[in-house]
Parts: sequence; C-alpha cells; structure tokens
Amino acid sequence: MADTANNDAFVEFERVQKSYDGETLVVKDLNLSMPKGEFLTMLGPSGSGKTTCLMMLAGFETATHGDIRLGGTSINNIPPHKRGIGMVFQNYALFPHMTIAENLSFPLEVRKIGKSEREAKVKRALDMVEMGTFGGRRPAQLSGGQQQRVALARALVFEPELVLMDEPLGALDKQLREKMQFEIKAIADNLGITVVYVTHDQTEALTMSDRVAVFQDGRIQQLAPPDQLYESPENSFVAQFIGENNTMEGVVTQISDGKALVQLDGGELIDCKPVNVTKVGERTRVSIRPERVEYNKERLHADAHTLKAEVLEFIYMGDIFRTRLRVAGNDEFIIKTRNAPDQTRLKPGEQIEIGWMPEDCHALDA
Amino acid sequence: MTDTTAHDNSGPVLAADGKPLKVSLARALRRQKIRALLLIAPLLLFVLITFIVPIGDMLFRSVENQIVQETLPKTVVALQEWDSEAGTVPEEPVFAALAADMKIAVAEKTHTRLGTRLNYEMNGISSLFRKSGRGVKKWDLANDGPFKDKFIALDKKWADPEVWVTIKANSPKYTPGYFLNAVDMQVSPDGIEARPENQQIYVTLFKRTLMMSLMITGSCILLGYPIAWILANLPMRQANLLMILVLLPFWTSLLVRTSAWKVLLQQQGVINDLLVWIGLVDDANRLVMINNATGTIIAMTHILLPFMILPLYSVMQTIPETYLRAAKSLGATNWTAFWRVYFPQSIPGIGAGSILVFILAIGYYITPELVGGTKGVFISNRIAFHISTSLNWGLAAALGAILLAAVLILYYAYDKIVGIDNVKLG
Repeated sequence: MADTANNDAFVEFERVQKSYDGETLVVKDLNLSMPKGEFLTMLGPSGSGKTTCLMMLAGFETATHGDIRLGGTSINNIPPHKRGIGMVFQNYALFPHMTIAENLSFPLEVRKIGKSEREAKVKRALDMVEMGTFGGRRPAQLSGGQQQRVALARALVFEPELVLMDEPLGALDKQLREKMQFEIKAIADNLGITVVYVTHDQTEALTMSDRVAVFQDGRIQQLAPPDQLYESPENSFVAQFIGENNTMEGVVTQISDGKALVQLDGGELIDCKPVNVTKVGERTRVSIRPERVEYNKERLHADAHTLKAEVLEFIYMGDIFRTRLRVAGNDEFIIKTRNAPDQTRLKPGEQIEIGWMPEDCHALDA
Repeated sequence: MTDTTAHDNSGPVLAADGKPLKVSLARALRRQKIRALLLIAPLLLFVLITFIVPIGDMLFRSVENQIVQETLPKTVVALQEWDSEAGTVPEEPVFAALAADMKIAVAEKTHTRLGTRLNYEMNGISSLFRKSGRGVKKWDLANDGPFKDKFIALDKKWADPEVWVTIKANSPKYTPGYFLNAVDMQVSPDGIEARPENQQIYVTLFKRTLMMSLMITGSCILLGYPIAWILANLPMRQANLLMILVLLPFWTSLLVRTSAWKVLLQQQGVINDLLVWIGLVDDANRLVMINNATGTIIAMTHILLPFMILPLYSVMQTIPETYLRAAKSLGATNWTAFWRVYFPQSIPGIGAGSILVFILAIGYYITPELVGGTKGVFISNRIAFHISTSLNWGLAAALGAILLAAVLILYYAYDKIVGIDNVKLG
C-alpha cells in the first residue's frame, strides 16, 4: 500500500473521505502517493469511487475529509481552473461550436499566451496526435477516434505536469481502443507527464499502467504493478476482478512455510499458496488462473495433488483453446491452452486429471 | 427498340422484370405515399379552410374595391370623360347616369354601403348618399331630368368637385388606397402624398409595435435565461417543481393575469403603495406604470416569459455539464467558461425563444388593449378597431398584410444572419 510520508510524492491523497449525502461514504479513507512521471490507473467496477477520486483531484468535487496534495502543496482550496491539471473526459467534451484549432487554442488564450506562440503550440500538439491537418474542422466532423486524439492534444497543449483521464477510450470500438492505448502510453512516456487514468476495463489497466489501484467499495483493494496484480492478487476481489479465474471453496487443513493444504467442500485435497489465510480451519476461496491448469501428467510434479475432471465443452478460439470442465462439482471450471501443433484437443465427455503448481493456486479470503 | 438494346448498359437501370428501376420504385412507393397523404388529409383540409383561405381572403380584401363599380356602373363609365383635375363639377350626362344607378341602388338598398365605403376616403359622403337616396326614390327617371340641378338641390355637396374626385378615384376594381392609408399616405389629384400630420397614426404605431416587441423580447431573454439555467441544472425533482411554477401562468386566464397587473401597477396599486411606504417614492408623485408603454411591456413580458424559458430550457438541458468542467480544467474562470463555452451553445435556444416571443408580441392584442392606454397600444389594437368598430375591413386587411410582411422579412433576415437551422426547440 501507499507509504504516507513520501518526499518524492507528486500526487498525494491522505486519509481522504468523500460523502455526497452525509450518510454513506463513497470514498473511505483513501491513501495514495504517486511519484512524478508515473502512469497510475484507477480500476474498479462502477460505483467503486474511482471517478469520485479523479474529480476530487481535478477540483470538481471537494473532499469531505482529508488532504489532497499536488507537488507538496495542499490543493483542497484551489479552484479547478488554477490547478493546472489537464483532463480528458469520457465523451471528449470538445467544444462543438469551436473548430479543432480553436478548441486547442482555448486553454492558451485563457492563459493570455500571444497569438504566434499559441499557433505554434496548437500545431505541435495536433502533430503529436497526427491530427495536424484537421485544425479547421469542427468536432462533429471527426470520428470518435479522431475526437479522442484531439481531446488528448487539448489536455496536453498547455503542458500540464499532471493529466487526468476519465475512461477516455470507453466510447471507441475494440480495435481502435487497443491502438489508442499504446499511443496514449507512448505519448505519456515521451512527455514524461504524470497520468491518473480511470477505467473499468482491466485489459486497458494492465496494458498501460506503471501501477494499478484496484478500487472496490470506496477503498483501494490493491495497488501494484500489473504483473504483480495479476499473479499475486492480495484478496479474492482482486483475483476475481483482474483476468479470468477459477475459484473453489474449502477449508485450510494444513499450513506451513508458504504452503497450504486445502480440503475443498467436495472432499478433495489440493495444494495452495496461502495469501491471506493464516490458520488451520479457516474457510478459504482458492483461485487458479485458467492458463496455469495442467492436464498433461508429464508436466506435473510427481507429488502434486490432482483432481478428477470431466470435459463439458471445447471452444476453439484461434490463438487458444478454451475448455470447460466439471471439477469438484463446479461446472464453470475453465482451462486455457495454447494452440500448438502438439496440443491435445479435449473432447466433451472425456475424463481427465488436472493439477497445478502449488504457487499458482492462491488461497484467499472466503 | 429491341429487347437486346433495352439491356444495354448505357440505358436506365432496369429492375428484374425489365422495367426501368425508377418506375418500379415509384410503383412500390405509391401505396405508401397515398396512405401518408390520407393520413395528413384532415389536417391539410383544416389548415387550408381555417388558415390559408382566410389569409388569402384578407390579403385580397386589402386591395379589392369593386363596390363603386358594382353600385354605380353607369356613373363610372360616364365619369371617364370628366377631367378630375379641372376643378369643375361634371356635366348632365354624369348626373343622369348617377340618377339611374342610384334608382337601382336604392331599390337594392346598396347605396348606404357605398356611402360607408366612400366615407373612409372623404368625411360626409355617407350622409350625402343616405340623404340623396331618399330623394332619388321619388324621382321618375324618364321625365324628371335634367338631374344636375336636382341633385344639387337635394344636397349642395354634389356641387363640390371633391366628391366627384373621390368617386372617380375609387372607381377602379382594385385600389392601393388601403395600403397607402396604412402607411399614412393618400391618393390626391396631385398623386400620392403624405396624409395631413394630424391624421398620421399607422407608421408611428408600426414603429411602436416593433420597438416594444423588441423590448419585450429583450426583457424576456434577460429574465428567462437565468431561470432556464437553474431549471436545467437542478436535480430532476426540484426542476419539475420549478417547471410547474413556470407553466402556472399558462393555466391561468390571460384576462386574470392582465387584470392582476392592473391591480399591481396602478397609481393606487400595490407596488406604488409599497414604494411610498418605504419612502422611495413621494406620495404626490406616484409612478405611472399602467395605461402606458411601461405597463404593456411589464405585463406582456410576464405573459410571454414561458415561451422564452421553455425553448431555452430544452436547449440547455442538452448541454452536458462536462463542457463547463472541461473549460475549467483548461484554465478558464467561471465567467470565461460560461461566456466562451456555455453561452454560445445556448444561442439556438435564445433564437427559438426570441422568434416565438417576438412573433407573438408583434400581433398581441388583449394585453395592450387592457393595460396599454393610448401610449401602449399596438397595431393589432388598431386592426381590431377597424374590424369590429369602424368596419373598414379593407384598411384592417392592409394593416394586417403589412404586419405579416414585416414578420416574414424579419424571419428571413434572421435566417440569413443566424440561420434557422440554429433554432432548436429541444
């Protein structure tokens, strides 16, 4: 989690709470600290408080309690227009009555920057997003992807050190979204700006971020780099939310130096890595990634516990095979295998045995 | 043309059965078109009968002038020889023709209508015709001539060349007289000239109607814009409550509202009492706010305000809050964000509201009639006067036609300057 007294911190949330109605907290005791130049994503389901956090940082919502600092100074009482934070909105919010160039020129005009300098900056910003020839058009004449680029250019044209993005790719189709993810990331890296990015799309979060903060119920559930988040989730919410997961419930029967034995509700025994279970007899939810499940006996440890499984469905997805199994009474157990020449294609009805490396199977809170 | 050439690529595109595609398409769509036409037919007929035809009739009345020719056909022919600029009374043949025409007119009782009509052009003709009618009744056309002296004996006015000038001037089937009258001009023997100063009222009235309508529109914008903004930005429930308050005047009788303003604005009224009580106004110099232009503007602004608020509100509702937020995040102060980002997007609403209010105001009748006094009446009050009191329908029609033309010209100008596509009702 975030360390509170960090002198390098550029953006800091300290014990921030937010309530809209005075009865429930939308953001509960948020602590977060980001160094300069970091690309941090706030990820979470809708209503988890991530957008509220972003709006508090931008200045459109006030924190009910706590301190938000930017570059070491508290910004709680600074109005949004004086914070100098660039922002990209969900629906771009390009001013429809202005041309693209006028849209980009707007933040420079309100900063009383001279005409020639303004034009140079607008041109540079538009060239950066490869929209140099579109300056004379109106937002309505552009496609969604083009508007997105312009919105990005507008948020960057006045050279803010911090840029906030509120689900900026939500309205784009899948292919364009993937392309823009890389472009945004590349631009952010090139300019060395600090970015706070809000999304509910976990792929987007994993692809773009230096660190991801997973929000749920007004709290950060885990704040970690993407690989860590994916491979060692700290609790079952994060495990469920990031990527695909098979879960089974059971009771810890044995626990010693980083290994746990769990008896599933059906009676089967499996090896796990304890994450937030500590004692024998505790209920747990074990989670295993579909691609870490092995059914080829030769690739398993000799002493690994295995489970019996029945193949229910085999789906050919091109790059991978996705097979649905019945394991320990769970009909939704998924395994994913790479489409390789030597890969066996399982047939429905087939009885197999599956197993995994104990460190891939996480015993989490129930 | 043989079958093979019909399939030539250069010819029209053909449907599968070889008929031209356009013909096939027209046939396929015909049923739909007929059905659509039948569906709108009742409304079309209604509009035609209650709107287009009356307007056409009104426009026609403003130039129509057949009554002289129909009532005095022989006289009109006989008068062709007479030189109206000579300043003399016509000779016997004209009077003989007049006697013949009058005999028939009296029998059909149409001479009084003619008198009324000509009275619009020259005062006193109405009584002249009534009086002469009674005399002519007793005459025997075959034996009682010559008629010149007899007519003059009946009424000395027949010896006034001016009467004859008026009759001759109005003998054509169509006349520009009503329109000239409507712009304070008249036809005289010397051509078209301005009416005497003490008879000029219509141009002043037109100008006043335009100016006051503009002022009413302006004050509706000033008062309506903030209300519409609040409405558009409040949560749904509160907005609905406020909307009811905005619409409340619609459910109250126009007369009641106007009378309420009388109570409020008169010199012994609520507002004056209040001002005197707090000492802002001296008791001896109570403000005159009713029966003048001020009263009309206040009352009509109140009555027309909803027509400004509603289009403004519906346009403002479509402006997402994120635009203002975006502007602020880009460094704009509240005012700059409003003025450069919000306001330009609300202009279509201002346009729609202004057109509505202005066009309603320019033809408004009841309120100026009740609270306008003499300084606050509109051209419409004058039109109503000519329709129902003076019965000079031709003049009323001419005034109405000018008003219609003015509105159309303004509408056209608005389209050229702002663009009618820019008007949004929601």
